[in-house]
Amino acid sequence: MFYRLLSVARRQRTGRGWQNWSSGRSSASAAEAHSVALPAQAQVVICGGGIMGTSVAYHLSKMGWKDIVLLEQGRLAAGSTRFCAGILSTARHLTIEQKMADYSNKLYHQLEQETGIQTGYIRTGSVLLAQTQDRLISLKRINARLNVIGIPSEIISPKKVAELHPLLNVHDLVGAMHVPEDAVVSSADVALALASAASQNGVQIYDRTSVLHVMVKKGQVTGVETDKGQIECQYFVNCAGQWAYELGLSNEEPVSIPLHACEHFYLLTRPLETPLQSNTPTIVDADGRIYIRNWQGGILSGGFEKNPKPIFTEGKNQLEIQNLQEDWDHFEPLLSSLLRRMPDLETLEILKLVNCPETFTPDMRCIMGESPAVQGYFVLAGMNSAGLSFGGGAGRYLAEWMVHGYPSENIWELDLKRFGALQSSRTFLRHRVMEVMPLLYDLKVPRWDFQTGRQLRTSPLYDRLDAQGARWMEKHGFERPKYFVPPDKDLLALEQSKTFYKPDWFDIVESEVKCCKEAVCVIDMSSFTKFEITSTGDQALEILQYLFSNDLDVPVGHIVHTGMLNQGGGYENDCSIARLSKRSFFMISPTDQQVHCWAWLKKHMPEDSNLLLEDVTWKYTALNLIGPRAVDVLSELSYAPMTPDHFPSLFCKEMSVGYANGIRVMSMTHTGEPGFMLYIPIEYALHVYNEVMSVGQKYGIRNAGYYALRSLRIEKFFAFWGQDLNTLTTPLECGRESRVKLEKGMDFIGRDALLQQKQNGVYKRLTMFILDDHDTDLDLWPWWGEPIYRNGQYAGKTTSSAYSYTLERHVCLGFVHNFSEDTGEEQVVTADFINRGEYEIDIAGHRFQAKAKLYPVTSLFTHKRRKDDVELSDLHGK
Amino acid sequence: MPAPTQLFFPLIRNCELSRISGTACYCHHRHLCCSAPYLAQSRLRYAPHPAYATFCRPKESWWQYSQGRRYASTPQKFYLTPPQVNSILKANEYSFKVPEFDGKNVSSVLGFDSNQLPANAPIEDRRSAATCLQTRGMLLGVFDGHAGCACSQAVSERLFYYIAVSLLPHETLLEIENAVESGRALLPILQWHKHPNDYFSKEASKLYFNSLRTYWQELIDLNTGESTDIDVKEALINAFKRLDNDISLEAQVGDPNSFLNYLVLRVAFSGATACVAHVDGVDLHVANTGDSRAMLGVQEEDGSWSAVTLSNDHNAQNERELERLKLEHPKNEAKSVVKQDRLLGLLMPFRAFGDVKFKWSIDLQKRVIESGPDQLNDNEYTKFIPPNYYTPPYLTAEPEVTYHRLRPQDKFLVLATDGLWETMHRQDVVRIVGEYLTGMHHQQPIAVGGYKVTLGQMHGLLTERRAKMSSVFEDQNAATHLIRHAVGNNEFGTVDHERLSKMLSLPEELARMYRDDITIIVVQFNSHVVGAYQNQE
Repeated sequence: MFYRLLSVARRQRTGRGWQNWSSGRSSASAAEAHSVALPAQAQVVICGGGIMGTSVAYHLSKMGWKDIVLLEQGRLAAGSTRFCAGILSTARHLTIEQKMADYSNKLYHQLEQETGIQTGYIRTGSVLLAQTQDRLISLKRINARLNVIGIPSEIISPKKVAELHPLLNVHDLVGAMHVPEDAVVSSADVALALASAASQNGVQIYDRTSVLHVMVKKGQVTGVETDKGQIECQYFVNCAGQWAYELGLSNEEPVSIPLHACEHFYLLTRPLETPLQSNTPTIVDADGRIYIRNWQGGILSGGFEKNPKPIFTEGKNQLEIQNLQEDWDHFEPLLSSLLRRMPDLETLEILKLVNCPETFTPDMRCIMGESPAVQGYFVLAGMNSAGLSFGGGAGRYLAEWMVHGYPSENIWELDLKRFGALQSSRTFLRHRVMEVMPLLYDLKVPRWDFQTGRQLRTSPLYDRLDAQGARWMEKHGFERPKYFVPPDKDLLALEQSKTFYKPDWFDIVESEVKCCKEAVCVIDMSSFTKFEITSTGDQALEILQYLFSNDLDVPVGHIVHTGMLNQGGGYENDCSIARLSKRSFFMISPTDQQVHCWAWLKKHMPEDSNLLLEDVTWKYTALNLIGPRAVDVLSELSYAPMTPDHFPSLFCKEMSVGYANGIRVMSMTHTGEPGFMLYIPIEYALHVYNEVMSVGQKYGIRNAGYYALRSLRIEKFFAFWGQDLNTLTTPLECGRESRVKLEKGMDFIGRDALLQQKQNGVYKRLTMFILDDHDTDLDLWPWWGEPIYRNGQYAGKTTSSAYSYTLERHVCLGFVHNFSEDTGEEQVVTADFINRGEYEIDIAGHRFQAKAKLYPVTSLFTHKRRKDDVELSDLHGK
Repeated sequence: MPAPTQLFFPLIRNCELSRISGTACYCHHRHLCCSAPYLAQSRLRYAPHPAYATFCRPKESWWQYSQGRRYASTPQKFYLTPPQVNSILKANEYSFKVPEFDGKNVSSVLGFDSNQLPANAPIEDRRSAATCLQTRGMLLGVFDGHAGCACSQAVSERLFYYIAVSLLPHETLLEIENAVESGRALLPILQWHKHPNDYFSKEASKLYFNSLRTYWQELIDLNTGESTDIDVKEALINAFKRLDNDISLEAQVGDPNSFLNYLVLRVAFSGATACVAHVDGVDLHVANTGDSRAMLGVQEEDGSWSAVTLSNDHNAQNERELERLKLEHPKNEAKSVVKQDRLLGLLMPFRAFGDVKFKWSIDLQKRVIESGPDQLNDNEYTKFIPPNYYTPPYLTAEPEVTYHRLRPQDKFLVLATDGLWETMHRQDVVRIVGEYLTGMHHQQPIAVGGYKVTLGQMHGLLTERRAKMSSVFEDQNAATHLIRHAVGNNEFGTVDHERLSKMLSLPEELARMYRDDITIIVVQFNSHVVGAYQNQE
């Protein structure tokens, strides 16, 4: 097998040069059919011989798994991998993506040495240009984050840019970022090298073999059916690139992998008269929507246009694939942009325009991980045009995941389980990727919301709230109000309100927050994931006690905040559980936990017909009544006393509100403010809302949105799963010892890890920072991912931030590590360590002093208005 | 580019008032448009006999206007901005897409775009579109009124019901009649696709319904019991003739309600041509009465467009029509029946609805006018009998029906009143619509293969191509796009904004001299479905 593979590789090399692509393609189809018998069984079957499949095979085999079969429908490295522009760029927006690209870079660098296969790796570096100040801010933010994970990069002046690249027109630039260690490489050769190394480690590779579907029994992969026969296997890895969606749906138990292809064009030219040096840096001109690299003495230049052409919406279409044509008219804006950037190219002769479809996902992040529905079914696809950059790192994380049960980094942002079947509509994907592809080069500003694929899931109050000025954001397909624009207020147009500075809704949210503090606000929070677990006996309690760290054996009517931990003690989910009766529990988790949490529970729950898990998310509308007057509103509507004596905090009771009966009222608000959550059967939602609003009028009630909620919860140091907490953070690391009952009388998942951590101490600690010398009006706002410096030393990154209207300061949450000055090794973090540091937060290269707090500011809880502050306007309805 | 408003006034002054007639218009027209002479004569459908015009278009006595005020007013010089031009062009546009079920559209019609641009005030053209609910098929029609809009309005409201009823099987007719008789809910017959400006007369609705009911009652009585296949061609002819007959009868009988009485008389004394298409699967029938036209857009294998005419104009340019008229009347009338290319020297179209002045005997005309309301009696025109009026009727509403079996290469059908056809050649019409509908795809794609092209050359070429395309993307409606070309085309066949702006800013009173009302429906066919029909056989 290996010899045949090498011969493929050699042929590839002798025919090197991209001019030969078309001939290579036809020879592939004309090649004689091989008839090699497939093995009857294997531990792992990988589908897809592109850079992803070969990288997974390479890493699995390195980790000691030997019984692996890789299947490729055509020839190895012949799909998008073959047509990839070959640019490896580490300047990514997410840290996890930066790390993947960094690892890929290091891997490809030594690959030629390891395998003896030429990969064309050249460390050219790359220069990312900024035509606007906003772009420069964006680059500075990336720069700050690259530096702290050890990737050299710097912000440079236009003059320096001109020195790095002789052909560039730099007159319209305000600056640039130089990443000297970025590289160009032939991705097809990388894939072949990885395949060759994997093959040497025992991986069996078969090309011209198509996977028809994956066989599943009892929610577990049992084998694959190919056009050359069956293979039994325990694990299946879908690395089918743009065909991954279809392959996922071909199962009896479909696996939805939301991705969609778009045509992507780049231009190849003949060599320049004086060819560029081979180490001329790659140029990314995002404002001009193009990238430009040196290619065989000439230029390779493509881009991400504003009006992408989605393709293969109706599935794999042989006709379309063969007819992929150069579309010069479509390329015209990018060509204009190229000639503006490099005017001297006017006289350069065109070689060809390449059309290579790329795959995009609904949120611009790649997809990896295990299917929530089928155990042993892994996916790695949807690279959003960064397959080469991510290939090595992504393959490694997936291999770790398969071998160890979890990857060494938190990859929730890339986890397949962040999506559900609801993102799998073909129409949705087609529309969304048309927005995503241009977004690759659009400015990424805080609080950006997608415009397409909206209004999919809505609360019954949607129209009502919309009419009152609600502006919406979307989470997991669910529309949630951000804030309410008062009738007399005019906000900036969407395009203009993109800013890294103080946003135009600042005053609006301020008045909502103020109302939460002084009167009462209502926030529609129906998007939260809601499960009910019931049993005939004690089964529900038993399984929950095993899955959750807090003690759930509480009296009926009590609510428990608890983490759902993994073996390492990290948060798989953070939720609130109300005990409705002896045998039934109501569980509230973050919106995007719907798929992940369900899969986790299903995986760990015993097959028992007496134990029932039900997703009741759609059955309830949730209204959050926040504020000191919530008590008055609710008692007036229910004729029941709601004071803390009668209705203590973290308590749940079914009661009537207005005419509607059976409303689950819970004394918690997810913010630390006084108030109640009402879980209302949806048919009563409008009635209860109307009643609350009309009775609430005299208490100054008004609508509020998630931005107010966010400000309130962050100033109170409330961490949220998915933003601050993830699978690698434990309750002890964020000061939640009280939510862990190590001695509750039975074992639970993660207990051993926590016991050990309790003994050894923690290596990072969630800390709250209050920015001191930050001018809210004039300085850049923090977002998340800003580096934290302790005594001038890098100590971690922020996870979320908000402006606290009460403290009149910005508040950031983030983890503080204790890196040894000598070795960089992580050391124990104590409260003393935190308290004794001087802290700075780096926002786009500017460091702001910050006070570190391990506990919320107490004055916030005893908010009282001084008598002489009262003014007439407080008598107005809000 | 000379400014037409400025150009126009001196010309008017040079013409003697007595000479202001078709020929006067012609000379302006030639100055302005450099088009073929015969086109100009069609500017006004009727030879503007003064008396005739005062009845038909009391508001539109443009020569009175120019006599009274043209010296007083300085010609305004103002240009419309592109958005203003667009808002005028798009005011009447309408698009309909046949709804898709289960992601598939099983109809051979994808949808249609329609639009109107008035020259008369009010516009005399009408348009209609409807889906037959009790039989299959879709009906689309354009109606060009003359001597007012009463007749074209009535025909646009009523004709499709007559056609639909003619197509209904006996059982359905019985069912409907029984429902009326017993006061049950009626089966709906037509699903109209109307622009908000396309109104229906509420007052006459009852009257129209009664006439229609009489028609289907007769159809029921005529049925011999044996259920024969209904022939679409025959149905169309019967419907046209029956409606015209009803219009004539209603005017003779009159109505106790004085408003209605005047209405039915105005309908009968004005006229309208009609060009109606019935599409059912691959069967396309076009029924035409008058000089509107139906044109099929065919895409050849090489991607180019050709026009196939599916109707014959009923006017003096049609030899067979001339022949027919001469045969229908005694030899001694051979010279008088068509004079100056007009019927009895007056009427441009040789077939039309209404126009009882060309259909009724002199006796009948006089009787009806005498017993009619005062408005009618006081009117000079109604009393005016066409010259050489010996052997009526001279005019018929009977349509000529053409059948065409749709092929996959038949991409669309353009139905339009003569306002379009007199400004544009059919080949241009089909090419413009075809290129519009297929968008960029059929602008021959550029391929570099083998040639030496530099980036600069390519860039120049692409910029040029994009500029050409941008005019297409201004319109979301094929009919609007066509009107833009019809009104704004310069001698090079491209839209000239300045010209467009001037043509659209002509005062109401003058617009009619430069162009006629334009009404266009562009029906797009579903090649997949048409192809599937073909494959079934």
